[in-house]
Amino acid sequence: MNKIIEFFERPQVGKMVKYTFYGSLVFLLIVEFFIEKHPYFSFAALPAFYAVYGFISCALIIAVSKILGKVWLQKGEDYYE
Amino acid sequence: MSSFLPPAAIFILGALLIPLVQGRLRQILMVGLPVLAFFNLLNMPEGTHFVYNFWGTYELTFLRVDKLSMVFAYIFVIMAFAGAIFAAHEKDTKQLVAAFLYAGSSLGVVFAGDFLTLFIFWEIMAFASTVLVFARDTKAARKAAFRYIQVHLLGGLLLLVGILMHYAETGSMAFDYIGLTGTASALILLGIAVNAAIPPLSAWLTDAYPESTVIGTVFLSAYTTKTAVYTLARAYPGTELLMWAGIIMVIYGIVFAILENDARRVLSYSIINQVGFMVVGIGIGTTLAINGAASHAFAHILYKALLMMSAGAVLYLTGRTKSTQLGGLYKSMPWTLLFGLVGAASISSFPLTGGFTTKSMIVSAAGKEHITAIWLLLTLASAGVFLHAGIKFPYFVFFAKDSGLRPKESDLPKNMLVAMGFLAFLCIFIGVYPGLLYNILPYPVTYEPYTGDHIVMQMQLLMFSALAFFMLLKFLKRTETLTMDTDWIYRRGAKYVVDILRVPIGWVHNKLGVIFLERIPAGLYWFSKNPMSAFRIATYSVYLTFSGSEQIKSRIQREKAAYPNNARDLSLSQGVLLILTLFAFFIASAYVYLRYIM
Repeated sequence: MNKIIEFFERPQVGKMVKYTFYGSLVFLLIVEFFIEKHPYFSFAALPAFYAVYGFISCALIIAVSKILGKVWLQKGEDYYE
Repeated sequence: MSSFLPPAAIFILGALLIPLVQGRLRQILMVGLPVLAFFNLLNMPEGTHFVYNFWGTYELTFLRVDKLSMVFAYIFVIMAFAGAIFAAHEKDTKQLVAAFLYAGSSLGVVFAGDFLTLFIFWEIMAFASTVLVFARDTKAARKAAFRYIQVHLLGGLLLLVGILMHYAETGSMAFDYIGLTGTASALILLGIAVNAAIPPLSAWLTDAYPESTVIGTVFLSAYTTKTAVYTLARAYPGTELLMWAGIIMVIYGIVFAILENDARRVLSYSIINQVGFMVVGIGIGTTLAINGAASHAFAHILYKALLMMSAGAVLYLTGRTKSTQLGGLYKSMPWTLLFGLVGAASISSFPLTGGFTTKSMIVSAAGKEHITAIWLLLTLASAGVFLHAGIKFPYFVFFAKDSGLRPKESDLPKNMLVAMGFLAFLCIFIGVYPGLLYNILPYPVTYEPYTGDHIVMQMQLLMFSALAFFMLLKFLKRTETLTMDTDWIYRRGAKYVVDILRVPIGWVHNKLGVIFLERIPAGLYWFSKNPMSAFRIATYSVYLTFSGSEQIKSRIQREKAAYPNNARDLSLSQGVLLILTLFAFFIASAYVYLRYIM
């Protein structure tokens, strides 16, 4: 187990992980054209629909949460004391 | 005598044995009880058993065995097994007894064939789980436990009133489909909604669970909400309102989990989020959707307990749960990280994990029924789950900035790692061999999770969510804050209500105090000094109001001035008159009371 941790701590391995991640994103966008789709909605069949929708969803969730937290929901830790 | 017992009985009787044994024997008992219960489950034929007459008119059905109750029973027993292993090192007897009572009463709810039996076990659950929160024995835990039990007592009362009204209307206590039809069914639904943690009735969960012990939180995460899911699936399938309630839960859980700092509270908010998926499934109500809800409950218990265990292991070794105080733990807790990652992958529905083969049924059911808004929101939430539970939890606890903490994983009781390994194995197992789980679902399954379409689309969704996470990481920095939830109403709002009511209530209270503690006793004391004279003064006073005679007035003054110095013994006739008058007064007031007030 320690060997594995040391392996992943090497800077060049870290970089490799990063590029593998980016590579997988590209791969997922390409492989989409080679599979048979049977979507429930016509818009879901658009190319890269899930990638775009997932990305936008997350950005939206983060933005809405942050704003709600800042203006309303987040309080100091001793709020209920 | 049948060759099987109600599973609740095995756990509840077993819980009572736990204090009587120690050491290795206790560990064997704790792990043995779920094993015994599991074989007992295999032995139970479908139908109703253990039906008793109660008070002549009611029938208590302790064991109604069908496919819906069995799938929940299997996972509850498996969870108890994993929990017992996780807790094997624990010396605190009350936690162990409470955990087994809690698991046992949950099984009691699942097998209850009528609402009365359901209600009895429902309340045992509430009390047993409260003990698990109290057991942490910190000030925060005690206060949270008090809030927790009060919310659950309220929920229980709503349920009870609903049940009684339902009985009055239909004459039936049978726990079957009722649907949302009127006040009685709405009250029952509200009572269940408390336990299902549907906002705004959800704050008890995220308030109390993170305050419980390392072991307590693991058990708590499994049972209360899932018995509520079962109850909804039995009594309210296809109720459209639930579809939208579920969507609210799904979104609500994500937003709060994003904002929250405490790792176990993040996971608690993600319970609300995940149970939301199940509630949506029940709201859709098709066979695919109900299968999805039941199987997702199954998978959810596995990975949520696993995640709570890994957060619990961190708490056990470091005493910390706040993300701001953690980080960099991958260096010294690699196994905890590994198991935690399996849980995180599973909750995010990565292919080859339990989430992928179960949650997708619910989303597909929405797609199949062409409910566009629900489908879009569920898909959004699926991305959000990965964001808040799949990446955020492991990232801030095990990576992010190095907190400098180097707890030794070898200090962790071995059994805790074994329990995590067992659940991690099951998470992957039902991801790879979903057929085994599909076989025990309420309806026959034709769903096929592993299509190229589904795998690629799901991976796109998840990987691009990950991209969003790392690109927006600077907005996700943890802050030392708490997140205001609806528990504000009773933690802060109640204080304002009290402040507003203090003046009028204080005034009335003072007035009542003056009347009952000063005026009346003083009057009685004055009267008792010389009843005859007091009586005379009273009679003259009444007479005076009618006649207005000066003579009487002076007589009263004289009598008052002399009072009570001219006390003397009553003559017999005066005594009799006094008694008769009082008696007449008594008869008159009794008559008025019986005639007009009763």
